[in-house]
Amino acid sequence: MTQIILFAPLIGALVAGFGHRLTGERFALLATTGLLFLACLLSWVVFFSLGEHPETIPILRWIDSGSLVADWAIRLDRLTAVMLIVVTTVSALVHLYSWGYMDHDPNWKPGESYKPRFFAYLSLFTFAMLMLVTADNLAQMFFGWEGVGLASYLLIGFYWRRPAANAAAIKAFLVNRVGDIGFALGIFALFFMVDSIQFSTVFGKLPELAGQTMTFLSWELPALEVIGVLLFIGAMGKSAQFILHTWLPDAMEGPTPVSALIHAATMVTAGVFLVCRMSPLYELAPVALGVVVTIGAITAFFAATVGLVQNDIKRVIAYSTCSQLGYMFVAAGVGVYQAAMFHLFTHAFFKALLFLGAGSVIHAMHHEQDMRHYGGLKARIPATYWTMLIGTLAITGVGVPLISIAGVPIGFAGFLSKDAIIESSFAAHNGFAFWALVIAALMTSFYSWRLMFMTFHGSPRGDAHAHEHAHESPMVMLVPLYVLAAGAVLAGMLFHGGFVGHHWAEFWGEAIFQGPQNHVLEESHHVPVWVKLAPFAAMLAGLGIAWWFYILDPSVPGRLAASNPAIYRFLLNKWYIDEIYDWLLVRPALWLARTLWQRGDGATIDGGINGLAMGVVPFLTRVAVRVQSGYLFHYAFAMILGVTIFLTWFALGGGGK
Amino acid sequence: MDGLPLLSLVTFLPAIGAAVLVAFQRGEDALAARNARWLALLTSTATFLLSIPILAGFDPSDPGFQFVEEAEWLGGLGYRMGVDGISVLFVMLTTFLMPLVIAASWNVTTRVKEYMVAFLVLETLMIGVFCALDLVLFYLFFEGGLIPMFLIIGVWGGKDRIYAAFKFFLYTLLGSVLMLVAMVAMYAITGTTCIGACPEGVTALLDYPFAHEPLSFLGWQIEGGVQTLLWLAFFASFAVKMPMWPVHTWLPDAHVQAPTGGSVVLAAILLKMGGYGFLRFSLPMFPVASDLMTDFVFVLSVIAVIYTSLVALAQEDMKKLIAYSSVAHMGFVTMGIFAANRQGVDGAIFQMLSHGFISGALFLCVGVIYDRMHTREIAAYGGLVNRMPAFALVFMIFTLGNVGLPGTSGFVGEFLTLSGAFQVSSWVALGAATGMVLSAGYALWLYRRVVWGDLIKQSLARISDMDAREKAIFAPLVAGTIILGVYPSLVTDVIGASVEGLLGGYRLALAEAAMQLAQN
Repeated sequence: MTQIILFAPLIGALVAGFGHRLTGERFALLATTGLLFLACLLSWVVFFSLGEHPETIPILRWIDSGSLVADWAIRLDRLTAVMLIVVTTVSALVHLYSWGYMDHDPNWKPGESYKPRFFAYLSLFTFAMLMLVTADNLAQMFFGWEGVGLASYLLIGFYWRRPAANAAAIKAFLVNRVGDIGFALGIFALFFMVDSIQFSTVFGKLPELAGQTMTFLSWELPALEVIGVLLFIGAMGKSAQFILHTWLPDAMEGPTPVSALIHAATMVTAGVFLVCRMSPLYELAPVALGVVVTIGAITAFFAATVGLVQNDIKRVIAYSTCSQLGYMFVAAGVGVYQAAMFHLFTHAFFKALLFLGAGSVIHAMHHEQDMRHYGGLKARIPATYWTMLIGTLAITGVGVPLISIAGVPIGFAGFLSKDAIIESSFAAHNGFAFWALVIAALMTSFYSWRLMFMTFHGSPRGDAHAHEHAHESPMVMLVPLYVLAAGAVLAGMLFHGGFVGHHWAEFWGEAIFQGPQNHVLEESHHVPVWVKLAPFAAMLAGLGIAWWFYILDPSVPGRLAASNPAIYRFLLNKWYIDEIYDWLLVRPALWLARTLWQRGDGATIDGGINGLAMGVVPFLTRVAVRVQSGYLFHYAFAMILGVTIFLTWFALGGGGK
Repeated sequence: MDGLPLLSLVTFLPAIGAAVLVAFQRGEDALAARNARWLALLTSTATFLLSIPILAGFDPSDPGFQFVEEAEWLGGLGYRMGVDGISVLFVMLTTFLMPLVIAASWNVTTRVKEYMVAFLVLETLMIGVFCALDLVLFYLFFEGGLIPMFLIIGVWGGKDRIYAAFKFFLYTLLGSVLMLVAMVAMYAITGTTCIGACPEGVTALLDYPFAHEPLSFLGWQIEGGVQTLLWLAFFASFAVKMPMWPVHTWLPDAHVQAPTGGSVVLAAILLKMGGYGFLRFSLPMFPVASDLMTDFVFVLSVIAVIYTSLVALAQEDMKKLIAYSSVAHMGFVTMGIFAANRQGVDGAIFQMLSHGFISGALFLCVGVIYDRMHTREIAAYGGLVNRMPAFALVFMIFTLGNVGLPGTSGFVGEFLTLSGAFQVSSWVALGAATGMVLSAGYALWLYRRVVWGDLIKQSLARISDMDAREKAIFAPLVAGTIILGVYPSLVTDVIGASVEGLLGGYRLALAEAAMQLAQN
């Protein structure tokens, strides 16, 4: 059954990608979407019928070189099952949504067939993502890892006539590759130490590695810490963590359904999944975990600050995603992998909802994405408004604090999962992470409500014509919104018990490993009352400030920006990190490229080392011109003869010895 | 098939085809050209079909030489052919690619007969290199290959073909002279030219323990003694062929000037002779010297990867860009070989085979649009996807292979060589791994400038997509790249025993040398 889940999207991608001329556009769309819904259905079946122990389903041999063996195989445990339902559910809904969103795309000329290609890419992405989450060894995971990178590259650059889309696509691939260096070196280091990259074998051997050192670069370092940090560098690239995050906002050049599927719900969470998958390793590598927490907390904070001032609706949500991923890493970093996966799970619902809702707004506003041109859309597109409102309530963490029924708190999805993380960070005695997350929660609430108020409330701004013709999206787009909205309301309360509540031990089984001294999850249930109230208070504060700024007195933000121009520009320009990279890395690399070519290859090597040859060439050229046309063959024949005579002489001379 | 001299047949069939062309084909008219094309295609296809039984009959569990043939030759000199796990797939690569190269040369209109003759002779010589088990024979094939290639560049090449041809010729020949001297010396030392699978009572060069005691020469102490001297001489030749930094500059010029078919053969097969040489001679015959020189080769390999990848970024000529990318990819090969462990050597061989498909296909891609627009300048293109979707797809597949995306053959070689190198030095692995980013940079940027974007250049407004012939040429290459990427065991199973044998001998020799050193 898992094989069907895995290969259905691949078949869909191939049919749509290569067969659409034979089968027609409509069939290609039907095939990909239908297969995805099949995969989704089966994933839920797998999720609920999962056995107690991890299961390995072999598919095909792959790499086999000495002791380095990696086969195509499925590892099925709770972690895999959770990812299966996240990936296939969101993907199936996004496929459906795209029927409406990608209809009559103004980026294409009439008669151009772009839809099968789009659906093929979506399905290809889903296949790669499923390969990633079902991998039973690190090499296969790397296959999925780079495969989703490829799909992301193709989808960001989907509008290939737009230079900005092409640039963003390459940027995404390259920045991810920087992280992948870390991932690859981590795999090599692990193989070097335990002679295997198969999860089950590796997990068995890891305890022996505790305390061992290895020579990495020129230093003698604890092996597990080195491997942990290297793998995390890979995770930072894929999950857009601070310093490797720059590709994610640019990735919004892709069509909006792509942003929802890849750059919010699934691909970007792969890094979190990796850390959780490798929990047996990270439990033995406290320093590496410290790095995970720190980077996660910085990202959560940093991205939230940038999100405060962005005007492009998709970029706000992109930075929000970046920030929420930081939350997940904090949870993993303090050893509560369950909470990381819980937030990953709920976030998939409400963030996909927000993105698809934004897509619905963009669709209604004729592809206008600047929120300064929105306003008052509530009446025009009520269904979009109400579903996005649910998404906002979920991400900002609205719920009833301190009260729970049968051990389950009452609230929207984000309320349960985000608070679980914040409480975990407190229980782990990490003050820095705790306060970073609480402040980030305030900012999350502010920018989320800012988005809602600027878009749906107040009076219409910008092009009056666009506002007049703003129309609600068709049913194929609204149904996914309704389903996701239901998830944003219920996912937290329904799954709390299993993921992080009282049943977590039997829920996760052997999928997540926690060391005997790791009781953070238990302790997080018993934090002081003020800690439980802190995120709630932060949420209220953010809502209040947004209300004041964008409903009560809309002139405040402008005045604030004018009176603090330095801070405003700093945030608006995303802390100038792109500029710093351009100045520090891109330009020097291009300068070096030109210099090496012209000075190195041209002047030094050609001019120096082979100066002799260069001196001889002009002379030979003159000879050659003379012997060229027609005579060249005689010339060559003479050379063959020369070589032969020489060798014969050599052979005979030697033969007489 | 017992009793048939299969290897010799496969080796010389193309030459026989060439001889027939020379002997019976007269005239310069269109009919003659057509006949020449078809005869060449037929011959090379027959050669490929004939080579299939070699692979089918090859016993992968036997690390030694198989299909061995011997005969007396000039004055007691041995004619000795055979293949083992390391060489057999290079033979297959050659016979597989040559029909495609001939088919890709269908548009050649000047001196068609001579062109085809040159390629067929070249095929014989290349197959011979991988089969020869005798020094003299090897040298003949190895150096002989220079001549047709020289002609292909010099006669059918671009504007500066004479300069490029001579640069190519001089570089490789200068390297070879040193190799010849080393071969004479080896013969003087051992009294045999037999490389492996020798007659009774003769110690094969592969098993001969060349002296490695330090030598004093004009007050210089030479570590590794005779082995080091011989190693260096061979290195001079193989490093140029490979090509390794800094003796790589002939390659971009040769590629740019060569006709499409010449570029394909050069990148896909000729370059592999250097790597093959390291595996056949340097590592097994001079283990102590190889060990001493490992760091030296590592440094050159890492420089090759980083330096040439950066240089590729700056190129404005498509062929030059791909040529530089070839040098970078060969850096992975030398790194893997001298890591001298299973993953490294497996990866190096895999990388060479995979690069044969991918770089060959990339040069064919350039050929496709060069045939239409007669320019290789990147800036002359842009937005081809608008009118050439099939080309865009094929070019994308090989671009991704070049980038080393998992699922293509390019990944397996990089992954294995890097993991092999990591076990020896994490610095080297880190340095070479930066190539992962840089290769993605130049390859995707090239793709963006040529294929993506709107089609605004007037000159491209009527460009046509690939025709059936071109698609047929690419189909086997696409299949090969993906099949090897998904199921690389096809290769690693064949080479495994021989690589294990090679490395076993290598480690043993090093251990013995270390013990000897301890005793003195």
